Amino acid sequence: MEITIKYFGQLVETTNTTEELITIEKGQISSLLNLLLNKHKGLKQKDFQIAQNQEIVSVDTELSGAEIALLPPFSGG
Amino acid sequence: MTNRYNRHIILPEIRQIGQNKLSKAKVLVIGAGGLGCPILQYLAAAGVGTLGIIDFDVVELSNLQRQVLFGDSSLGKNKALAAKQPLQDLNNDIEIKSYPEALTYQNALQLFEQYDIIVDGSDNFETRYLVNDACIITNKPLVFGAIYKFEGQVSVFNYQNGPTYRCLFPNPPQKDAVPNCSEIGVLGVLPGIIGSIQANEVIKIITGIGEVLSGKLFCFNTLTNQSSTLKINKNEAIVNSVLEKSAAFTSQSIKLNCEVVNTVSFKSIINKKNIQIIDVREAHEQPKVDEFNVVSLPLSEIQNHLDQFKNHSENYLFCQSGTRSKRAVKLLNESGITNCFSIEEGAQEIKNYANMRHYEEGKKDCHVPRND
Repeated sequence: MEITIKYFGQLVETTNTTEELITIEKGQISSLLNLLLNKHKGLKQKDFQIAQNQEIVSVDTELSGAEIALLPPFSGG
Repeated sequence: MTNRYNRHIILPEIRQIGQNKLSKAKVLVIGAGGLGCPILQYLAAAGVGTLGIIDFDVVELSNLQRQVLFGDSSLGKNKALAAKQPLQDLNNDIEIKSYPEALTYQNALQLFEQYDIIVDGSDNFETRYLVNDACIITNKPLVFGAIYKFEGQVSVFNYQNGPTYRCLFPNPPQKDAVPNCSEIGVLGVLPGIIGSIQANEVIKIITGIGEVLSGKLFCFNTLTNQSSTLKINKNEAIVNSVLEKSAAFTSQSIKLNCEVVNTVSFKSIINKKNIQIIDVREAHEQPKVDEFNVVSLPLSEIQNHLDQFKNHSENYLFCQSGTRSKRAVKLLNESGITNCFSIEEGAQEIKNYANMRHYEEGKKDCHVPRND
């Protein structure tokens, strides 16, 4: 399946992209996450949550979506 | 006769009844910075009856690019106090309470109890988690906003049994993992946009109109104009664990993650009174700063002289380059002394500035205690 990955905040600098298309077999979000951590080494040091089709989900959720977003916390005010 | 709030009152969704709700409402804003300024301005203009402002920080020149309540005349003044005058000028019908102090585990619960809604405009994770947990314990809705460079996040947490900030991000990130505005910069108009959305949520909660941004995180990017609204589910276990620990809440202490929070420019403190300026270099180091009263207390001896910091409301530390003074402030924070700040300039720069200022303006405006 093809999935669009969106990066927010400082993850844009970590991955050098705002959006990319990834092809992956069906499975859990964790398998996609492993693939992304391998592709973008800097992601390992970052804190972020994952949203699938605009809903924050845990890594053991089944991949179902067309869109995955990686969302870091912001502290600025 | 035209009423100040006429344009609200003629809206069928608000009417006089909604305006009355606004005038009875009590809202506490954490931080009068980039987010706090527009939040406070719109809530004051809207006639929110009681506005609380808590901020320990002082206005610096680099704040003025986005903190639109302040001008050159506010430099060096405490933000909570400096915000009061323009807000009162904007609307004298409302009560504005300034708390020129840091939010701590000791004062948060008692302060939050006095308000209906808490709005987070702080700039560090320590305070954000403190605010979140205090809202859970006191059962107050939290209107959250946070920014990074060109992007912002907004949500309403703990509203009618909805999710909290910990349901989204259970724990603060690893130390130093997330830079803040003073390290990486921020587009000045961004907090204006995000703070205005927060003010809008506050008004919706008070008047009971529209759909409150609860259980959702609104994300906005100023460069692409793209927005996303992401659904957040409540994590009961996390909320319960905060409640279970509530008895021990006030015995916790804030560990300031970001050292920058306690770093100030020498120029911003020159007008302050009743402060103590401390040289943390070893006694033999040159140049000596003798343009004003300076207490010498080397970093290596600080822990044996903690009493030294209790006699003044604020202590400002400097060294040769600004590194050791930062370490000293961190050390003092860890010992529970939180009224200390590190001056970012080194001794030579401070000397130069003090000399230039004395030369240009004489003694009349300089309140840094002179060594006459």
